[in-house]
Amino acid sequence: MKQDWPLWEVFIRSKNGLEHRHFGSVRAADAAMALDNARDVYTRRNEGVSIWVVASKDITASNPANNGELFEPAKDKVYRHPTFYKVPDEVKHM
Amino acid sequence: MKTENLKDRAILFEQKIARDEKIEPKDWMPEKYRKTHIRQISQHAHSEIVGMLPEGNWITRAPSMRRKVALLAKVQDEAGHGLYLYSACETLGVTREELYAQLHEGTAKYSSIFNYPTLTWADIGAIGWLVDGAAIINQVPLCTTSYGPYARAMVRVCKEESFHQRQGYEIMTILANGTKVQKEMAQDALNRWWWPSLMMFGPTDAESVHTAQSMQWKLKRKTNDALRQQFVDQTVPQADILDLQIPDPALKWNPERKQYDFGPIDWEEFWQVVKGHGPCNQERITARVKAWEEGEWVRDAAVAYADKQSDATLQKAI
Repeated sequence: MKQDWPLWEVFIRSKNGLEHRHFGSVRAADAAMALDNARDVYTRRNEGVSIWVVASKDITASNPANNGELFEPAKDKVYRHPTFYKVPDEVKHM
Repeated sequence: MKTENLKDRAILFEQKIARDEKIEPKDWMPEKYRKTHIRQISQHAHSEIVGMLPEGNWITRAPSMRRKVALLAKVQDEAGHGLYLYSACETLGVTREELYAQLHEGTAKYSSIFNYPTLTWADIGAIGWLVDGAAIINQVPLCTTSYGPYARAMVRVCKEESFHQRQGYEIMTILANGTKVQKEMAQDALNRWWWPSLMMFGPTDAESVHTAQSMQWKLKRKTNDALRQQFVDQTVPQADILDLQIPDPALKWNPERKQYDFGPIDWEEFWQVVKGHGPCNQERITARVKAWEEGEWVRDAAVAYADKQSDATLQKAI
């Protein structure tokens, strides 16, 4: 075999009003075939109304080894949450 | 990496799993975890793919349109399950082509149950009822296993699997309530599939070498013997409803244990089939390799077409 089929990531919108969510991946020679394969593999029981496929090689992912520097700074920023702020008890609907 | 660092990481890793946190593809993991998962997930994928063969044998001979569409849908699901699992396995840094090669060369295993022949239509009923029934018991605990992509694939597999078992039991119900010949056919299928189904849970706990490690990584939540007992206890009453006899003279309700006692399993047969000497080992792999080799020109043509299309797009852009 000359060349393996590339890998594609599959995103499916289960119904209108919801976002596309990652469902898995498929192998396919090109984008059109990736869509066909994704339809056969991931939507055999009405799981979706819309499919996106994207070549896996085109995805840039963060490295879990850097999770500390990436995500920990948000942890001590409690002032970004509404519960940080005190308002008098009598105040309703805020 | 320094040995100390590695040790710390390994401890943190085990703690994470103990807390029921999931491991995702790019997270650090011990090499043994990666290898064990590649082995188990790929064996599982291969089982789905080879599992299509015994049933595919009956698609063109299904006794009615209703049975035919059901069997087609079931076999198509198995292809789908194989594909979910191959893609989960690929996240561990192995390619699908490597996995296929291992299957074709015989270095990777698949479930031994598929090395038994499907001689009559009743076998399709027995497979759905017993083999898929056993598979469900094995698979449900994997929905909460520690490796994220495997757990997610198993959630989908399990959702789809229950129709497989019900369609099998329905076939058995019709045959068991049919003519004398049909009932005998159902009994014969049960006779041939019962013991291989019990073997699907693997060696006894005393013989099972990977159990402790697999429990720790949540690749296993219950031992082989516990799962086997669960299968017997839930299946015997189903056989009673069909008025079919389980082919085990030692099978008896044990009121103290509140479980069925059952006779000894022929482990010699189990190991013979695992080692490649089952009734259909050769036939299954030959069929699989033939399909792969004869499909090569189609795969190549698809790549050639894709290249041509992208060349054309480039030309336009220039």
